[in-house]
Amino acid sequence: MSVGIVSYGAYIPKYRIKVEDIARVWGDDADILSAGLMVNEKSVPDMDEDTATIAVEAARSAVARNNIDPKRIGAVYTGSESHPYAVKPTSTIVAEAIEATPAMTAADFEFACKAGTAAIQACMGLVSSGMVDLGMAIGADVSQGAPGDALEYTAAAGGVACIIGSKESEMVAVIEDTYSFTTDIPDFWRREGMAYPEHGGRFTGEPGYFKHVSGAANGLMEKMGTSPSDYDNAVFHQPNGKFPSRVAKMLGFSKEQIKPGLVVPRLGNTYSGSCMMGIAATLDQAKPGDRIFATAFGSGAGGDAFSFRVTDKIDEVREAAPTVEGLLADPIYMDYAMYAKHKGKIRLT
Amino acid sequence: MSVARFWRNQIHRYNLVGTHCKTCDSYYYPPRNVCPKCRRDGEIESHKFSGPGEIVTYTVIHTAAEGFEHQAPYVLGIVQLDEGPRFTSQIVCKPEDVHIGMKVKPVFRKLGEGGDRGMIYYGTKYIPA
Ligand SMILES: [Zn+2]
Repeated sequence: MSVGIVSYGAYIPKYRIKVEDIARVWGDDADILSAGLMVNEKSVPDMDEDTATIAVEAARSAVARNNIDPKRIGAVYTGSESHPYAVKPTSTIVAEAIEATPAMTAADFEFACKAGTAAIQACMGLVSSGMVDLGMAIGADVSQGAPGDALEYTAAAGGVACIIGSKESEMVAVIEDTYSFTTDIPDFWRREGMAYPEHGGRFTGEPGYFKHVSGAANGLMEKMGTSPSDYDNAVFHQPNGKFPSRVAKMLGFSKEQIKPGLVVPRLGNTYSGSCMMGIAATLDQAKPGDRIFATAFGSGAGGDAFSFRVTDKIDEVREAAPTVEGLLADPIYMDYAMYAKHKGKIRLT
Repeated sequence: MSVARFWRNQIHRYNLVGTHCKTCDSYYYPPRNVCPKCRRDGEIESHKFSGPGEIVTYTVIHTAAEGFEHQAPYVLGIVQLDEGPRFTSQIVCKPEDVHIGMKVKPVFRKLGEGGDRGMIYYGTKYIPA
């Protein structure tokens, strides 16, 4: 039995702030920062947007793109590290807003930046076993970096929803296989009740990102007997532009292969949305028959690798919902003062 | 507004679900259970509105209500749906960009929250189409 992406939808808020405008406030060198991070600007949510509203917009796009009857969706799982409630699921809000309720199951997922791809894997199991007809997996975040912290330059907002099914005639991309690589490491965390996360500084790179992304990617290629040259495109979790570029090179993928999915320079790090946004952007421009390799990373830590084969269906549904490129176009720029107001960093009382 | 009252109307806020009178072909949002034109002869059915509409009139709020201080100045408008019903909604755009007759489309946003401890209210607002 095959399993795959039946539809997908993305959402990015309209607002952006340039890295140079954040750097000016903190007295940092914008050129060195931008070049080092390979991020020029990041998305900022509107004052009335949060992970739930972003997840709903992405979910509605996914339903619209392949004209899905929402009553067929038997599971909604939303992965995020910025769920609006500490206790009360985001996924019930999404399920109600897309009218998938009530004959369905829902839960929220958490695994730093790979909660959304963990949700994809859970949906793969549910649809393959026949427990549900279609499953929806969402990765969405309104990430916060403490003012002046390195994360503030990249922490962005956005989300992607994927509808997973088992009827190949409906799929835009078959998921050929998946493989995960997981260990317990303290590279990034946020304690209950704290507004901003803590991170292990330089510690986050080698034993976190690079070890787990390459562990998952190599594991999947070994399992499938594939190599980088078998793929047209590749996507790696993009906390900045530098990490995915370096891990791609380490694994043997070229700059051209990662180019369509590398949206972080114009978007920032959308955390749970990050790798899925790259997959969506790559699907937006994919041709039938293309093979796409993707690996998500979540601190804590783990990597989820996927191998996709794009079907003929992509040409039918591509334009039926906003593309990532369309969502990135015509942003509204704001300065740091307006940004602080938007992110609620100025306390009025 | 009480948590229970918001919840009872949630489906209408999330998805623009209103009603339609089959007798006189009138549409209602917020929904009405009795058609004011046909009264007892009215035959009411549930109707999900397609979404798009236009601004009939608007006002810019500079002195915001409690909980909306961050958003001021913001635009409140009367939206007329393509099917006819009119209702008040926040219009998410810069005050200088709004105008009468502007085409708008629905988006899913936070409508408000009951302080730091209360529930978060979600529903439909409008943005320029
Ligand atoms: Zn009537």
